[in-house]
Amino acid sequence: MAELSINENVMDLTPEGPRLKGMRCKSCNNHVFPMQKGCPKCTSADVEEVHLGTKGTLWAWTIQGFPPKAPPYLGETDPAKFKPYGVGYVELPGELKVESRLTVSDPTALNIGMEMELVGEKIGKDEEGNDLITFAFAPV
Amino acid sequence: MSDDVAIVGIGMHPFGRHEGVSGMEQGAAAIRTACADANVEWADLEFAFGGSVAAGNPDSMVSQMGLTGLQFINVVNGCATGGSALISAYNTIKSGAFDIGLAIGFDKHERGAFRVNTGKSGERDWYGGSGMALTTQFFGMKINRYMEEYGITQDALARVSAKAFRNGSLNENAWRRQALSEKEVLQSAMLSYPLTQYMFCSPGEGGVALILARADKAHKYTKNPIFLKSAVVRSRRYGSFEVLAPSLALDYADGPTVDASQKAFEAAGVGPEDIDVAQLQDTESGAEIMHMAENGFCEHGEQEAMLANGETEITGRLPVNTDGGCLANGEPVGASGLRQVYENVLQLRGDAGKRQVPNNPKVAYTHVYGAPGISGVTILST
Ligand SMILES: [Zn+2]
Repeated sequence: MAELSINENVMDLTPEGPRLKGMRCKSCNNHVFPMQKGCPKCTSADVEEVHLGTKGTLWAWTIQGFPPKAPPYLGETDPAKFKPYGVGYVELPGELKVESRLTVSDPTALNIGMEMELVGEKIGKDEEGNDLITFAFAPV
Repeated sequence: MSDDVAIVGIGMHPFGRHEGVSGMEQGAAAIRTACADANVEWADLEFAFGGSVAAGNPDSMVSQMGLTGLQFINVVNGCATGGSALISAYNTIKSGAFDIGLAIGFDKHERGAFRVNTGKSGERDWYGGSGMALTTQFFGMKINRYMEEYGITQDALARVSAKAFRNGSLNENAWRRQALSEKEVLQSAMLSYPLTQYMFCSPGEGGVALILARADKAHKYTKNPIFLKSAVVRSRRYGSFEVLAPSLALDYADGPTVDASQKAFEAAGVGPEDIDVAQLQDTESGAEIMHMAENGFCEHGEQEAMLANGETEITGRLPVNTDGGCLANGEPVGASGLRQVYENVLQLRGDAGKRQVPNNPKVAYTHVYGAPGISGVTILST
């Protein structure tokens, strides 16, 4: 069974790892994730799709302490097996702050400003049994 | 200050869980109470704005209230749904189109955290699928960052919740009416760090109806008209930090609460120092703390001392969420903003019973905030 991107419109799986697909505005250089067709900063529609950076710093964080509802959640929802996971915004220099799962779920190991990098994380399986990969940020 | 619009009747169906009673029936019950309060019949109402997010199209309630042919317009506007129904009613009367009408909000949500569907048709919902798309995460992240930035402690979060449940225990219409200690709040399950179970409100059920009339005709209906000095709704600007946002800009801007608050004070011709009682959106206890500053009632960071000194208790300098707020009442989205106005009308009439703010409050403030980055503020006066 293969490993597949959770959604190819928002993330490519490359030999170098996952790459998030965002919007760059050609008029004002503003970035948005995921890709959209107009710029909310300057209202221009002259935009292009780019791979966002993979390294940044943690800007805000929390720990998800209970299983999200399924649907839409693809991960573990059995309260007995569920493991808390981190969620945060990571600031990608010159681009934006992206919301992401974090590989760390210990509050004493998370600090605003710490260096993080993009990694892939198995979240669930599709109808054919392939592993679905989503994105997460891990401490460098 | 203009005295163009008055609230002449109020009605509320208790908040909570009501097996076998639809959201719309709860709304209809609230309308009947409000009509009795204003000494009018349903047939006297010339227009209605109705808000519900999850309990059906409000205008279909004419089939149980009476087919009088009135203008009935539905309003759906996220967490500001009730507030948006109110501002629409306010502007309708100010415009001179009608003399008397209704703002009604009701809802009935499933148990547990709000389920948010972010998927586009034809593709996998990566956002919810990955375990984001939870409003609770936003609140955890925002207060966690705020606490570090401004020196707010978990004790302050617990004080807000304990106050809410204490005030809720004095409110016969509240859902959670059992007082809880700060310790019990801190020891409940950690849902979204640093917020525990009893620091969060829950989606719930309920309905609130308000009857509005031209101010110069208000004494026809009530000896105690309460005047709506301003009602403002604002959406987010570029750079603000909002709920359910897969990405944020590098730039920073104040949220819609700051914009709505400033405009509401300006329109009413009063300032934060004039407010005698305030109902502020407390989706979780951290939200109440941040909203105290965002609405202009203190500087960022001063909340820690204000809470420790009891300044936001019913007997304090600035009573906040005197009916127990969302924490004790739950959040039926369509009705929640109108509940705040209902509570302020009671307080300004002097009818709030065991939870009455002392010394005849004269000016009162409400504030809602929610998805997708929207805020509504009203200012009422005697
Ligand atoms: Zn642009």
